[in-house]
Amino acid sequence: MSLEGKVALVTGATRGIGRAIALELGRLGAEVVGTATSESGAESITAGLKEAGVKGYGIVMNVADAESIDAGLKQVNEQSGAPLILVNNAGITRDNLLMRLKDDDWSDVLETNLSSVYRTSKAVLRGMAKARWGRIINISSVVAGMGNPGQGNYCAAKAGVEGFTRSLAKEMSNRGITANCVAPGFIDTDMTKKLDEKQRDAMLENIPAGRLGEPEEVASVVAFLASAGAAYVTGETIHVNGGMYMG
Amino acid sequence: MSTVEERVKKIVCEQLGVKEAEVQNTSSFVEDLGADSLDTVELVMALEEEFETEIPDEEAEKLGTVQDAIDYIVSHT
Repeated sequence: MSLEGKVALVTGATRGIGRAIALELGRLGAEVVGTATSESGAESITAGLKEAGVKGYGIVMNVADAESIDAGLKQVNEQSGAPLILVNNAGITRDNLLMRLKDDDWSDVLETNLSSVYRTSKAVLRGMAKARWGRIINISSVVAGMGNPGQGNYCAAKAGVEGFTRSLAKEMSNRGITANCVAPGFIDTDMTKKLDEKQRDAMLENIPAGRLGEPEEVASVVAFLASAGAAYVTGETIHVNGGMYMG
Repeated sequence: MSTVEERVKKIVCEQLGVKEAEVQNTSSFVEDLGADSLDTVELVMALEEEFETEIPDEEAEKLGTVQDAIDYIVSHT
């Protein structure tokens, strides 16, 4: 399952699932470029990759800003070559019940979690089409299918990502480019550490596996989709959730 | 230095995977050379790159044949 010679761009790679994905793709031989929203975040990515003995570096990129994406990709193209693996992982939450949800909470989440996927995908397609090889892997969420109170914005964005991915898969599959989603359930990251014990217990009751997932357990599925062996898997959403939801 | 015509035909061959002998000035990308919609988008992008120009979508749609592409490039570069 070697990814030797491929450049992989992973958005939101400072922490959690994105960090685990960056390390796993690097371990398989890809040159990894991880994005962060701050200079210090980019530096910590560079340091983390170096410590793990992985080729790659961090860059500053705000996925909600088209100009920032263009500038970041220009840097990657010049420094490493065209990314043939794109993992859209960057995401935010602004949870609130719809009756209390602010317009900004809605638009920020849609911009960062959905429009970003459109922008970054479009930006890398040309290089992938030329290479006749590409992997676009979008991190969705179990709640895209289930729905979740207080997450109307987040669920809408993630369900949007899944629909977008299916269209993209159909458009590009005869160029050797696949597009898939990985939909994590409750993974042990900063995003889920915010929950209190009561919320955590309630959550665990609905997970047949009886535990939260580890970021590495998401990363290994992303790595599979990036590999040569997944060439005939496209437009698919793979759930990684310990059995809590089966589509 | 190759002529515009030669450069356009070379790109058409590369993008559509056809032989040079098949590419006539009157050849239609879709009907004669078997291009699908994605091929035509890629072809236009390749022409933009080769001739360092931007072809707006509404102009790109009108480029049906090899000669259309040559004419466009000649009058816009």
